[in-house]
Amino acid sequence: MKPEPTREGDGRRPGPGRRGPEGRGRGDASGEEIDRTSPAIEVNDLTVAYREQPVLWDVDVAFRHGALTAIVGPNGAGKTTLIQTILGLVRPAAGRIRILGQPVREGRRSVAYVPQRGSVDWDFPTSVLDVVVMGTYGRLGWFRRPGRREREAALEALAKVGMEAFAERQIRQLSGGQQQRVFLARALVQEAPIYLMDEPFQGVDARTERAIVEVLSDLRARGDTVIAVHHALQTVPEYFDDVVLLNVRRIASGPVPQVFTEENLRTCYGGRVPFLHAVAGPPGAGSPAPGAGSPVPGPGSSASSSGAAPSPRPGASARPADGSA
Amino acid sequence: MSLAEILHGLLFDFTLRTVALGAAVLGALAGALGCFAVLRRQSLLGDAISHAALPGIVLAFVLTGSRATPVLVLGAGIAGWLGTLAVLAIVRGGRLPEDTALGIVLSVFFGFGMVLLTWVQGRPDARQAGLDTFLFGQAATVLPADVALVAGVGSAAALITVLFWKEFKLLSFDPDYARALGLPMGRVDLLLTGLLVVAIVLGLQMVGVVLMSAMVVAPAAAARQWTDSLRTMVLLAGVLGATAGVTGAALSATARGVPTGPTIVLVASGIVVISLLAAPRRGLVAEVMRAARVRRRIRADAVLLDLYALSRQHARSAHPHALGTLQTMGGRERGVTASLRTLEARGWAAPSAGEHWAITEEGQLRAEHLLRTGVGGEDPESVEGAEGGAES
Repeated sequence: MKPEPTREGDGRRPGPGRRGPEGRGRGDASGEEIDRTSPAIEVNDLTVAYREQPVLWDVDVAFRHGALTAIVGPNGAGKTTLIQTILGLVRPAAGRIRILGQPVREGRRSVAYVPQRGSVDWDFPTSVLDVVVMGTYGRLGWFRRPGRREREAALEALAKVGMEAFAERQIRQLSGGQQQRVFLARALVQEAPIYLMDEPFQGVDARTERAIVEVLSDLRARGDTVIAVHHALQTVPEYFDDVVLLNVRRIASGPVPQVFTEENLRTCYGGRVPFLHAVAGPPGAGSPAPGAGSPVPGPGSSASSSGAAPSPRPGASARPADGSA
Repeated sequence: MSLAEILHGLLFDFTLRTVALGAAVLGALAGALGCFAVLRRQSLLGDAISHAALPGIVLAFVLTGSRATPVLVLGAGIAGWLGTLAVLAIVRGGRLPEDTALGIVLSVFFGFGMVLLTWVQGRPDARQAGLDTFLFGQAATVLPADVALVAGVGSAAALITVLFWKEFKLLSFDPDYARALGLPMGRVDLLLTGLLVVAIVLGLQMVGVVLMSAMVVAPAAAARQWTDSLRTMVLLAGVLGATAGVTGAALSATARGVPTGPTIVLVASGIVVISLLAAPRRGLVAEVMRAARVRRRIRADAVLLDLYALSRQHARSAHPHALGTLQTMGGRERGVTASLRTLEARGWAAPSAGEHWAITEEGQLRAEHLLRTGVGGEDPESVEGAEGGAES
């Protein structure tokens, strides 16, 4: 019995102190009430470089509490790097990151991470349930083994993604979509107020996509914050509240109706020569827009409805994961 | 020397018993810890550590003039650890990939060790005699005190592995996720690698620097074939490592001049080969049998469809057809008769006089089902639900 979250109503701008019915007392790291007026995650002047090549350059983003935010951008735009830097997996060259007002080392305990499923060896000798139980390792502490409580929490999380029947399966036997749902369940077990997901919809079957969408709307109903790297532009307005357009620089960020415009998308996908391969010229556009400030008329007029959303890369979801991480 | 004599020696001969005990503990330790190295795709790290230990052994001798095992092991440990750090430093520097870094460290340290060893052996100092047994190992040089050292350190390593089990497991499966959880994976990595260095260094006296990495990799690779549980894999690798150690050490200790390392490694390799071939599910034999079963089914289906096509040309579908016709239709492939026998056993085809065959009514239903769903698909009677298992 989950209340259907309203997209235009209070779901968009949650007042201070608002939490979902199940939202009370969760989150092992932050016992005190979260200040919901300040951003869940705040990134200032972030620059990340591999060798001399900048991957993220002077990026400022604030992620709203209780919102589902998509990070979109072409391959090599630094989307995965942004997520991994927030988690402390990548060391930035410069910049400041605050998670619930805390620096990364403390703040990341409030974050549940869903990595790209290709990031691990699925031939590892372990079961589905074991993988999900790993989500409890952070709060277990040293020398304590996961027990019955942890296994029950894991089973519950598996049920939320429709995988409870697979608990005892070897992970080698899972399909790609099932792998993704197992990773999602592992993150749910963490009971964290913030979720960072790296391409959760990448190459999954329709059933998995439905399951993930359902989990996302549950999380929003509870007042949790979700940030996901996303490739399929056509589903951004349907699935997400906010969007960050990223291409090494932050092109734009904010609520989907205002930010997810044709002009911004052209700037994001078309303006950068080294990534020309990512550009399948949008219909009607003679050449890719040269950069910011391109005179595309009617910002906001065509972008808010999903049907009219421009999709410069029709095959976006079928592309391989971006190689930046 | 006969098997009975070796067994008798293992139980009652003091030297042999000492050697076997030491080899068992070492094999178990290296085998169990090797599982993590293999799962983390760091199989070569063991090779680099053991080769890097050689200059440490020689330098420890040169500096102290002692050939006592703890002294040499300490030297080996320091050199092995430095080698590991060198690999990490080269990889962090970002100029070279990990396998190249491992290769460089391995050959540079080992080459330096060999130069030192040759130099020491050229000096008029009788005490150096036997240092070169560290190349290929010599079980006969193992003393009870050495075994006590190995047993003590081995127990400590086992305890640490139990205490840090979940961290080691997560480090091996998904280190990035572990760090995102806030676990200090850098330190856990150091601990696990440190244990591996200790296990390798302790084994050098018996197995030698050249082949010690086999004791790390082989038992783990063999154990992986038999199980899908990390705990079982680690325990089994320990047992297999101990088995290889005892068998190899006993064989070499009973014959004069047989280096222990190669003997142990031959036994371990034998275990790996057997595992690769015979293990259920992952083994080669099981795979070949699975493939043959699928092939048989596809062939039988093809013959059934031929029979079905023939039956459509006659008013009476039970009209029998000559084997020769079916063989021609099957592209002269062998096994048409065998396929017909399979079909007969299923009740889908019936033989009649003079090598003639006819499709049964059930066979017709099956053929029509095949035409709808495709040849080679699952049929309702053969349940192989364990395979694949993708439901969506």
